[in-house]
Amino acid sequence: MQDFAASFFEAFRLVAGLDSGLIEIVWLSLKVSITAVFIATVIGLPLGAFLAVTRFPGRSIVIVTVTALMGLPPVVVGLVVYLLLSNAGALGPLQLLYTPTAMIIAQTILVVPIIAALARQTLEDLNGEYRDQLMLFGLGSLARLRTLLWEGRYSLMTALLAGFGRAVAEVGAVIIVGGNINHVTRVMTTAIALETSKGNLALALGLGLILLIIAFAVNALVFLLRAAAERSAYA
Amino acid sequence: MHEPVRFGQQTATKPILPVTAERLFVRRKGRVLLDVEALTIGGRGTTVLVGPNGAGKSLLLNVMAGLRAPDSGRVLWNAEPPNRQRYGRFGMVLQRPVLLRRSVRANVEYALRAVGTSAGQARAEADRALEGAGLLALANASARVLSGGEMQRLALTRALATGPDLLFLDEPTSSLDPASMQTIEAMVKSASEDGMRIVLIAHDLAQARRLGDEIIFMHRGKIVEHAPTDRFFGAPASPEAKDFIAGKILI
Amino acid sequence: MLKTARNWFCVPLACLFAAGTAMAGDFILLQSTTSTQNSGLYEHLLPAFEEKTGIQVRVVAVGTGQAIKNAGNCDGDLLLVHARAAEEAFVAEGGGKERRDVMYNDFVLVGPSADPAGIGGGADAGTALEKIAASRSAFVSRGDDSGTHKKELSLWSGIGIDPVQYSGGWYRETGSGMGATLNAAVGMDAYVLTDRATWISFGNRAGHEILFEGDPSLFNQYGVVTIDPDHCPNVRQAEAKRFVDWLLGPEGQAAIAGFRLGGQQLFYPNAGDGDS
Repeated sequence: MQDFAASFFEAFRLVAGLDSGLIEIVWLSLKVSITAVFIATVIGLPLGAFLAVTRFPGRSIVIVTVTALMGLPPVVVGLVVYLLLSNAGALGPLQLLYTPTAMIIAQTILVVPIIAALARQTLEDLNGEYRDQLMLFGLGSLARLRTLLWEGRYSLMTALLAGFGRAVAEVGAVIIVGGNINHVTRVMTTAIALETSKGNLALALGLGLILLIIAFAVNALVFLLRAAAERSAYA
Repeated sequence: MHEPVRFGQQTATKPILPVTAERLFVRRKGRVLLDVEALTIGGRGTTVLVGPNGAGKSLLLNVMAGLRAPDSGRVLWNAEPPNRQRYGRFGMVLQRPVLLRRSVRANVEYALRAVGTSAGQARAEADRALEGAGLLALANASARVLSGGEMQRLALTRALATGPDLLFLDEPTSSLDPASMQTIEAMVKSASEDGMRIVLIAHDLAQARRLGDEIIFMHRGKIVEHAPTDRFFGAPASPEAKDFIAGKILI
Repeated sequence: MLKTARNWFCVPLACLFAAGTAMAGDFILLQSTTSTQNSGLYEHLLPAFEEKTGIQVRVVAVGTGQAIKNAGNCDGDLLLVHARAAEEAFVAEGGGKERRDVMYNDFVLVGPSADPAGIGGGADAGTALEKIAASRSAFVSRGDDSGTHKKELSLWSGIGIDPVQYSGGWYRETGSGMGATLNAAVGMDAYVLTDRATWISFGNRAGHEILFEGDPSLFNQYGVVTIDPDHCPNVRQAEAKRFVDWLLGPEGQAAIAGFRLGGQQLFYPNAGDGDS
């Protein structure tokens, strides 16, 4: 119990003091995870949409695989990306290991299945409801898909937020490919891991609290944007 | 907020009437759902499809609309198979209309834009159509929060807005209160008088009498009778039609 | 802070490229053991070196075994670890070029202050471990091939006990870093072998304290190993050499000696005492 009280104090102290180290770490966390979610959306959304509206042999196997990959262990992803980016690995010449780019790559791999699987489910359900009506509008398959994406935008936004939550909270992959290098690749979760290993449990918990607040803020922001969009649409 | 969809410019196509069906056959799990030898929808006026539940009325409309492919047989719109370029001249209100998650006006605008109307013109035409349906006051409301009657009216307005040659209506007044039903019937009548060819499914024989110039009676996937309204109700030829009109349950 | 401020307004895709270009500029990658990082030694040492040379030292802190493996994959320009035999093997196998002594401190045996096995005041470290084994008191091992783990195993083998056969019983392998292992030991009221620097800087000691120390067998030597450019052509050899020269020279050695935590000295410089 003492640790919890102390952690609130530590969190407050860090935030109130606008600790420059903390700002740097928070900023890198957001930069890496938001970039990863952005790239994962560019890959995962078309993939999910494709799976939602097409029929081909082996489709169910692909869907089950993509859905199962939502449970990819971050450590395994970190290890695979490490082996690829290592100087001894196939992509070694790119010199990306222990950079934020490496962390973005690892988190993208973790988030793509989440966005693809949730988008697939959303769009497939929506397509079942909308298909006939959109046919009657005389739309081609691409125009129908665009309309489905727009009609499902709020559910799809939740899929992106789920991906962001996964990315910003994981430590296993980024600590391996980023190396937790101070001022270069240290993010919220690896900083928490480091403080835990130093036995500074209250500080670690305080950082965890701040991470939670950031996640809350991002979700609240999206919620407010949605509400504003709805108001302006029906004003 | 505007949806980032660009509609392709649709070229004007030749008329889609007459719509004909030849030897349509649909079977599911060993049960015959549709077995129609021949049907032609042409000329003018309103045709009402009646028959017991499961007779194949909705399926027939969906197949003729090109939304479902029959197991065998074919549907022709003016001697050519239905294709999406020609939906600009065709309208349909589904049994459960799908309203887009946007405003009432945007729903109508969307249909107009889909057939190639310019954005500015679509808005003006949408407002005119909404005014005709008594929905203009609700133009900015979300389409998903309307009452059942308002939703049906909006779906019908949206289908009428593009001025189709042929309009299919799948039970447009089911589970509506009498006032809403009257409004819808008035809109259908007015469209018919303006020369639009209409085929509608009615669950209510009184409505069939009020709106229909001719009646098609279906039973077990087949067209059992196809006759002018007066003759169908006055002198039904088949025993099934007699029983149906008399309110007996048909299986 | 300045480096990240530059990227403050970047949009996601641009960030990806910006992150790539952040590789530019002088820096070396130091594969290191965790105790030097966790104790705060680098925050004390590196600013002086970086200010003097403009070379940034990026520290990846993992166990000694992992650090040597990473360096073997050419994912580092320099090694700073504490397992002399493994360091010399790394040089002999061609991954490392040269190994030099940097500094030392010692390992200590830590446990619950009640000391149920009675290891306090014993003759030597071997006797202490024998008492733990005989009383089957809980003992937490790193179990991660780190320098500390190697030292612990060598102590066990010195008294002819193979503790791994008791693994899961009183002998518990965490497979984790020193800090996580200390947290586990505190949580389980167990004995544990740790380097002194990590213990002094550890914040979650609860009821644990140093119960045995001072045996010469607990000596803990830190070494620095340069990477052989024949094995790793991309290695930043010149920059790494500047850091090694500084670290082993009077400035670096004085800085090591000057690092104190709570008034205690954590590392004792000894460059040049016994290089191989």
